[in-house]
Amino acid sequence: MSTVETRARGFIMPLAQMSGNIPRLALRLIGLALLDAFAVWFLYLLIRDGVWPLVVIITIVTLGLNIINLREDLFPLRWLSPGLTLLIMMALYPIIFTIYTAFTNYSDGHLLTKLQVIHLLAKEHYLPEGAQTYSWVAYRGSQGDYILWLTSKDGENLLAVQGEPVKAVSPDEDEFGPLDEEGIPVSFEGYRRLTRIDAVKYISELGKIEFGEEPNTIKISSLDAAAQYQQRYVYDDDLDAIIDRAKEIVYSADNVNGAFTSSEGASLLPGYQVPTGLKNFKRLFTSPALRGPFAMVFMWTVAFAFFSVATTFALGLFLALIFDDPQLKGRKIIRSLLIIPYAIPGVIGILIWRGMLNPHLGVVSTTMKDIIGWAPPWLSNAWWSKIAILLVNLWLGYPYMMLITSGALQAIPHDLYEAARVDGATAWQRFWNITLPLLLVSVGPLLIASFTFNFNNFNVIYLFNEGGPPIPATPTPAGHTDILISYTYRLAFAGHRGSDYGYAAAITIVIFLLVSLITIFNFRYTRIWEEISESV
Amino acid sequence: MSKLRDRFKPTVSGQRRFGKRVRYIIALLAIFYSLFPALWVTSASFDPTGSLATTQLIPRHASLNNFRELFADPINPFLTWLLNSIKISSIVAFLSVFILALSAYAFSRFRFRFRRSLLLGVFLVQVFPSSLTIVGLFLLVQQIGRYFPTFGLNSHGGLILVYLGWVMGINVWLMKGFFDSVPREIDESAMVDGATHWQIFWNLILPLVRPILAVVAVLSFIGTFNDFLLARTILQSTEEFTLMVGLYLFVDQQFAQNWGVFAAGAVIASVPIVLVYLLLQDQIVSGLTTGAVKG
Repeated sequence: MSTVETRARGFIMPLAQMSGNIPRLALRLIGLALLDAFAVWFLYLLIRDGVWPLVVIITIVTLGLNIINLREDLFPLRWLSPGLTLLIMMALYPIIFTIYTAFTNYSDGHLLTKLQVIHLLAKEHYLPEGAQTYSWVAYRGSQGDYILWLTSKDGENLLAVQGEPVKAVSPDEDEFGPLDEEGIPVSFEGYRRLTRIDAVKYISELGKIEFGEEPNTIKISSLDAAAQYQQRYVYDDDLDAIIDRAKEIVYSADNVNGAFTSSEGASLLPGYQVPTGLKNFKRLFTSPALRGPFAMVFMWTVAFAFFSVATTFALGLFLALIFDDPQLKGRKIIRSLLIIPYAIPGVIGILIWRGMLNPHLGVVSTTMKDIIGWAPPWLSNAWWSKIAILLVNLWLGYPYMMLITSGALQAIPHDLYEAARVDGATAWQRFWNITLPLLLVSVGPLLIASFTFNFNNFNVIYLFNEGGPPIPATPTPAGHTDILISYTYRLAFAGHRGSDYGYAAAITIVIFLLVSLITIFNFRYTRIWEEISESV
Repeated sequence: MSKLRDRFKPTVSGQRRFGKRVRYIIALLAIFYSLFPALWVTSASFDPTGSLATTQLIPRHASLNNFRELFADPINPFLTWLLNSIKISSIVAFLSVFILALSAYAFSRFRFRFRRSLLLGVFLVQVFPSSLTIVGLFLLVQQIGRYFPTFGLNSHGGLILVYLGWVMGINVWLMKGFFDSVPREIDESAMVDGATHWQIFWNLILPLVRPILAVVAVLSFIGTFNDFLLARTILQSTEEFTLMVGLYLFVDQQFAQNWGVFAAGAVIASVPIVLVYLLLQDQIVSGLTTGAVKG
């Protein structure tokens, strides 16, 4: 192939330029080949099991990596490839997969794909009526593996080695060495014959082993007998059904509900994932039993995020204003001490507050009881619990607001204040008419970002009171202080009635849309996007 | 004009003097509010009774009982959790810095197709908090684990991958800014001498931006160390827990009874982090104003 051709196809740099880089090029190609080999093997496994979303994303990522490593003009992307691969696989894909999940019945009992369920059920065996049974003797190898010597009633012998097909043998063959009086080999090389007592000891281990190959395997059924088992559930492609050969029942695939179901309505467990369209969203918005808690959780989420930003901003700004004076001695130390709540790991800070606000033993409650003879039920009452969470979040969040506002305060030109003072404006007027408007322009975007952050502030809700106290009589568990993200978490991971990933994903999408709306508003309103686009 | 100003002067300075006293009183109150929880938990950690009920701000018979119990409990292996956290956070910090430096160099020094859209895309993705994808992440890690248990549920490998997915974000912008501030003349003259991009990156640029790499590594370490939700979602068995997950589940079982031991754990976990924060506060403040919110 001539140089010109190579360049025209745009794959590899001209040969003359390439010569110095051959070792590096070779290294890269070898690396790429290894990656491709791995990807192909992984894809084979995924296709076998029908995990289509993952098949698509891995194909795309692998193709992308190949293209940027083969095309010389895309070489800058090679520098980005580790970060981008991780971003696509572990951040973008989960977002897309969450959206996909929202339109499926993905939940406990429907965790696997249809193909995975078929493979799983194929592993079950049964003992057919009139099946041949054998008496057995086992030999144990040094690694805990076994050999079985089987004798049928007619005196035929079979040798079953783990992981190999069962074969008919005759004890007279030389390879078996000396035999005992029943005609059973005394030993095999490297294997020890189990006595009856040993067999009792290992029986539970032995009973789990399937000797031979699918579909006909031999299993030990009791101390005296082993038998040839058969695959119980066989998938029939034409019927799209699973046939239970033990009971002779046909379970047809019900691709609406995601289960193999018999004509009498019995379903095989587990079920499988199927697309269910808008069902999860319909449940969310129309089912009276679910709509109620969802609406309550939604309203509290907005209120919580709003009041969190408002209170932390107010306190942060107040402190920033007070310590804004450069002549104030010890300013630096004061600031350092005031940002301590921000520095303490959030989980620990929240748990400390949970201890301090404990209604019986917490220091805040006991002190209040000593002084005014009463302490609020911080954890068990819906309203007090909400107030408590806002108080905790105020402590966690004010240092951040203090830091950003004191930065912004210094950027406000001083002559503005001078001019206002000259015009006779009071301190109060100066604050409302100069400081606050100018401050909001510069920290406004951060306040909105903080709103989105608190909108999804799982930790403070979950760690302080696990979303409680519970809202009584709801079909899905929900608490008075649950916000959308902690409600989602409950549905997906902490439900006592099983995990419903599909429904949880549907709520996640609602949160996504809200966060996107807020962000678009933020970009529009503050023109951040223009600024960023220009700075690229 | 000057007369006018003179007339105002005494009142202003008078206000200042009065203001100063008020300011210090407010400072004291604010510091009390800010520090009290930390002081209270520290004193609880030295209180030998070890329960929530009897905690006093100055324990009468201070002892190290809680600390001893913390390290001796076989059911709640605090030391294992601490080491797990340090291991995971170090790996994440190291790999993040590496990934970020490579990306920032490309964005700063190369001009190529998709550069602009990639930079903007990276900015957009980080608008969504990682907590929003827990359902998708959990199911993804579960699926991967069916084939590669090292990266599946209840594995540190899986958790590390999850953290690394969210490395590219505002950090790329921060880092690119620092790379941009290194004059291009440096690499141009090296280029004339026949240096490759890799040599320029490794031998010239990286040593110059080492301070910012260190800061990013430390912040990434702290962020990972402090994470709760992702670790709670991926990890399932006591032996694999990170410190935050382990401490929470420990104190959650028997809140009041386990308080003293929890307090000891809280002190050990917090003190190094707080010190690092105080040392790096100027860098953190400058990072904050670019829009990162503590996660």
